[in-house]
Amino acid sequence: MIESDVKLDTLGYFCPMPIILTSKKIKELTLGQVLEVASDDEGIKKDMPAWCQTTGHEWVGLEEEEADPKRVYKAYVKKTK
Amino acid sequence: MSITQVEPATTLAQLQETKPDKVTIVLLSGEMDKAMAAFIIATGAAAMGMQVTMFFTFWGLNVIRKPGASSSAKDFLRKAFGFLNKGGAAGLPISRFNFGGLGATMMKKVMKDNRMPGVPELIETAQDLDVKMIACTTTLGLLGISKDTLIDGVDELAGVSTYLAEAKDGSVNLFI
Repeated sequence: MIESDVKLDTLGYFCPMPIILTSKKIKELTLGQVLEVASDDEGIKKDMPAWCQTTGHEWVGLEEEEADPKRVYKAYVKKTK
Repeated sequence: MSITQVEPATTLAQLQETKPDKVTIVLLSGEMDKAMAAFIIATGAAAMGMQVTMFFTFWGLNVIRKPGASSSAKDFLRKAFGFLNKGGAAGLPISRFNFGGLGATMMKKVMKDNRMPGVPELIETAQDLDVKMIACTTTLGLLGISKDTLIDGVDELAGVSTYLAEAKDGSVNLFI
């Protein structure tokens, strides 16, 4: 279980919205805080690490949750800039 | 046990601040699906901290025209052409199975039901993320489209050398 400071719900949104909402939300965090992004778009498994690699924020990890009707992914990003 | 976190001397973020990746997209097509692809890439790249410039030419100009805007051309041929060539991001056809707009309407319904942003919403997001939008002067003239019938937020009108100057430094250059 990964701890987070701020949560962002992008459930129901498809690419590119989870990434765009993340890039907006991360601005509200202070350095070192961890953002949890909940998404049911499977693309986030690869997209969020790629976003971190390009923007320079730290990729913390991913959690999967079995949920109805779709599996929920929780991506964790630490603000580093 | 105590853990001390050590900050690296240079982070990837700092490197990118000095030289951000540049992306250019030429949108020649005026269909909804192609415009969506262009704007999804543009907004995605902008969200990744890249500098994005979009160039609109030929039918791509219809995407950034105000809905219902007519041609401002004085001569008959261009006027007649402007009558047929309608603009507006919300009324674009799809490139396959359009069936006189029925296909596009159906696709838009499916998108709305699935909370997928359409072209107008994507344009708004792109502007929000400071994506630069440039309209090609030559095709504006050819199609009889005047600047005031383009949507607000189109940064400038320019030609091929502006595009090439941007594309030369671009790490991703797309033609859609």
